[in-house]
Amino acid sequence: MTTLLMITILVLVSIAVWQITKIFQVAQLNKKVDDSQVANEKDNDWNGKLMFAFLVFIYLITIYSFWEWGDVLLPEAASEHGVDYDRLMWISMVLIFFVQIVTQALLHYFSYKYRGRKGLKALFYADNDRLEFIWTIIPVIVLAGLILYGLYAWSNIMNFEEDEDALIVELYAQQFNWKARYAGADNVLGDANVRFLQDYDGLNLVGIDSSDPNGLDDVVVQELHLPVGRKVIFKMRSQDVLHSAYMPHFRAQMNCVPGMITEFAFTPTITTEEMRQNPDMVAKVQKINKIRYDNSQELIANGEEALDPYQFDYLLLCNKICGASHYNMQMKIIVEEEKDFNSWMSQQTTFAEVIQ
Amino acid sequence: MGADAHHHKETFITKYIFSQDHKMISKQYLITGLIMGIVGIAMSLLFRLQLAWPEQPFGIFESVLGKWAPDGVMDPNVYLALVTIHGTIMVFFVLTAGLSGTFSNLLIPLQIGARDMASGFLNMVSYWLFFLSSVVMLASLFVEAGPAAAGWTIYPPLSALPQAQPGSGLGMTLWLVSMAIFIASSLLGSLNYIVTVINLRTKGMSMTRLPLTIWAFFVTAIIGVVSFPVLLSAALLLIMDRSFGTSFFLSDIFIQGEVLHYQGGSPVLFEHLFWFLGHPEVYIVLLPALGITSEVLATNARKPIFGYRAMVASILAIAFLSTIVWGHHMFISGMNPFLGSVFTFTTLLIAIPSAVKAFNYITTLWKGNLQLNPAMLFSIGLVSTFITGGLTGIILGDSTLDINVHDTYFVVAHFHLVMGISALYGLFAGVYHWFPKMFGRMLNKRLGYIHFWITAVCAYGVFFPMHFIGMAGLPRRYYTNTAFPYFDDLADINVVITIFALIAGAAQIVFLYNFIHSMFYGKPTVQNPWKSNTLEWTAPIKHFHGNWEGDIPEVHRWAYDYSKPGHEKDYVPQHIPLIKGEKELQH
Repeated sequence: MTTLLMITILVLVSIAVWQITKIFQVAQLNKKVDDSQVANEKDNDWNGKLMFAFLVFIYLITIYSFWEWGDVLLPEAASEHGVDYDRLMWISMVLIFFVQIVTQALLHYFSYKYRGRKGLKALFYADNDRLEFIWTIIPVIVLAGLILYGLYAWSNIMNFEEDEDALIVELYAQQFNWKARYAGADNVLGDANVRFLQDYDGLNLVGIDSSDPNGLDDVVVQELHLPVGRKVIFKMRSQDVLHSAYMPHFRAQMNCVPGMITEFAFTPTITTEEMRQNPDMVAKVQKINKIRYDNSQELIANGEEALDPYQFDYLLLCNKICGASHYNMQMKIIVEEEKDFNSWMSQQTTFAEVIQ
Repeated sequence: MGADAHHHKETFITKYIFSQDHKMISKQYLITGLIMGIVGIAMSLLFRLQLAWPEQPFGIFESVLGKWAPDGVMDPNVYLALVTIHGTIMVFFVLTAGLSGTFSNLLIPLQIGARDMASGFLNMVSYWLFFLSSVVMLASLFVEAGPAAAGWTIYPPLSALPQAQPGSGLGMTLWLVSMAIFIASSLLGSLNYIVTVINLRTKGMSMTRLPLTIWAFFVTAIIGVVSFPVLLSAALLLIMDRSFGTSFFLSDIFIQGEVLHYQGGSPVLFEHLFWFLGHPEVYIVLLPALGITSEVLATNARKPIFGYRAMVASILAIAFLSTIVWGHHMFISGMNPFLGSVFTFTTLLIAIPSAVKAFNYITTLWKGNLQLNPAMLFSIGLVSTFITGGLTGIILGDSTLDINVHDTYFVVAHFHLVMGISALYGLFAGVYHWFPKMFGRMLNKRLGYIHFWITAVCAYGVFFPMHFIGMAGLPRRYYTNTAFPYFDDLADINVVITIFALIAGAAQIVFLYNFIHSMFYGKPTVQNPWKSNTLEWTAPIKHFHGNWEGDIPEVHRWAYDYSKPGHEKDYVPQHIPLIKGEKELQH
């Protein structure tokens, strides 16, 4: 910290020096005429050529990134609406890349082609209403299409109905972990509030109101299990600061806001086991394990413990800055067949059992 | 008011410190902005080191961060503090005050033909408030528990509760105080700019003859006056919640084993208030850079800016739309999904005037006679990053697609390219172009070329790969990614990004050297080094309060008569009367 202080002082001193020297400066401005610092024909030439080279650079970095890092992108969506999401994403991407390739080409090619030469005069061309009209109307049409498709998808995702057979799950966020609450046999969550958190010596993990009969069969867990093919309606709560429940593989995210309940819904379509068999995922996990193996060798050489090999699991991450351990606020999600889900659920303890 | 009125005796203090001369105030803004920029960029390099080599000890951490980096390993709270202060400094102190403050001050009076701002005194107060807010912000770095660390968006409850993180104590208080002062400074400055442009234009300088720089500064000031007060109200309400127990933004909170008394407030309300400024702020940062680009592109292309009317219209359209799109930062905040639809619609609309601007810039280059000065390179670079960064806005502005990339590195890549790098390029273009006007000397062009080309390559090297780690699902503001084995394959990309960032940082030293060295030893400038049309180049090189000896020049034409047929030279300054039989372009 003292170093930072020293640096600040140094900077302030140098400003003072500058101010003082400036006084002497102003008095004796040199009068010699000199335009050596203005670009001449030679500068125009090599910088123009570099502009063209820069265009090649932009194309190359794009191609290289896809070639080298294309495999880090998320695998196919594991939820019903995610398929729609991915389609819209690809349409937008194709459009963006098309516009990017064309406009960058024009910009840099013109910078190269029309680099200044002596004796040349630019074309006096100030206006063209027809051109302006064209490049106003084209974006209007294209964007209108994107907006319509986007809004259609948005309203499908967000305006879900509370079907009878949808599974109701509460995601409960706190610094710095997640809990999930299942609604139990009645599929209705009991009322809850942070005021109840201290009841039952802290055993009431998410603050369920024990006077609400709906809450007695609720189940609170630290690992999220979801049955495949059944719609899940999430009710999000937070007990302290803003958090965001981000489930990238399902193309799902919603903030958790203290004082209110937010909602999101999706239907998982691929079980954890199936996703582990997905060829892209197999390749990705192999790559990760190779990295982990290499890192482990280094750790072992330093007398430290090796890293565990990695196996794929769906993730719930916190994606809203929430404090020191924000980077490690996570929960495992397991998508499984309905019967496996049911047998797992039957082993959990209900709220009534917890508070007995 | 004649020039004589300004020939009063000036002391060291009235000339260099409490100066009311817009040219001196502009230099003060620039120097303060550059110093803040050095701090902001240095911070980003520190946390880039942590991201590339997480939890590794670095000697530099130990010496700069001291107790916050035990054994040279950065503490997670400090990481968040660095990210927060980097964002705050770059957005407000460098790209708002440093960019708009510098060039609005320098160019508004000189380009419209005025002797000074409408109120020199308010202008001076505006700078010194900015200086004070900078001092308070820097002072917050030395607070025992550390500076604010809740992200530059300071969402409550994290920012409201000292129990939630160490940075939300005194550090946060100082952050809020500093911003309140900053807003006062910004409002005084903006009001002055607006009044000056409306009232003090010289004879013949109609609104349709204004250079696009002035249009941009003028509209920017209007956006600032409309939106900054809302941030002030948000900051005041947050101060009330923090210090006086009100519940504007807080409700139902249990923290550190204790139920707090807050009832009925909503953090979402804060998000609305914050982004009501926060989004226009993007354009407060960007429009001046675009204005500078318009001027530099036309001058150096030796061609009129293409579609002057469309350019003015798109500035106005962007300004209007910018105030009704803030909700696109909140698609998944828990607000009503229908609102999300509305904001998607308005947000994607803003792509239209932006596209018009980009196409007009490209057409301005077409069949030009491009003088590739460093300022010109930065302007072309700006158009390039503006397009690359702007296009991904189509994804983020679409509520559906935002769901899965919200708050990931994809967002970081997007806004750094479209507003960070673009606005920074605008700042550099402005400095290279108007340095002779400010200091009477030329910047070294060789160093300028080195500065541009390294920066340009590194800007893509840093931010292009970030799109990929964002689309891999990596959230921003993570101290390290090692808690998730799933992200292990992103480690290499993070190293690449950091290496580019370090090189880019080094390139800025070239600029700083050039800047400081040229101020004293640069080649003295000629009257009009870039052969430009605007009025500032008719004012004497040696500064004095009042700008022109004798009468202010009268304006007879627009600012873009470059390479006009019928004239011998390839530029016709605005104060040259129409020659016989010459027609003025009608706008």
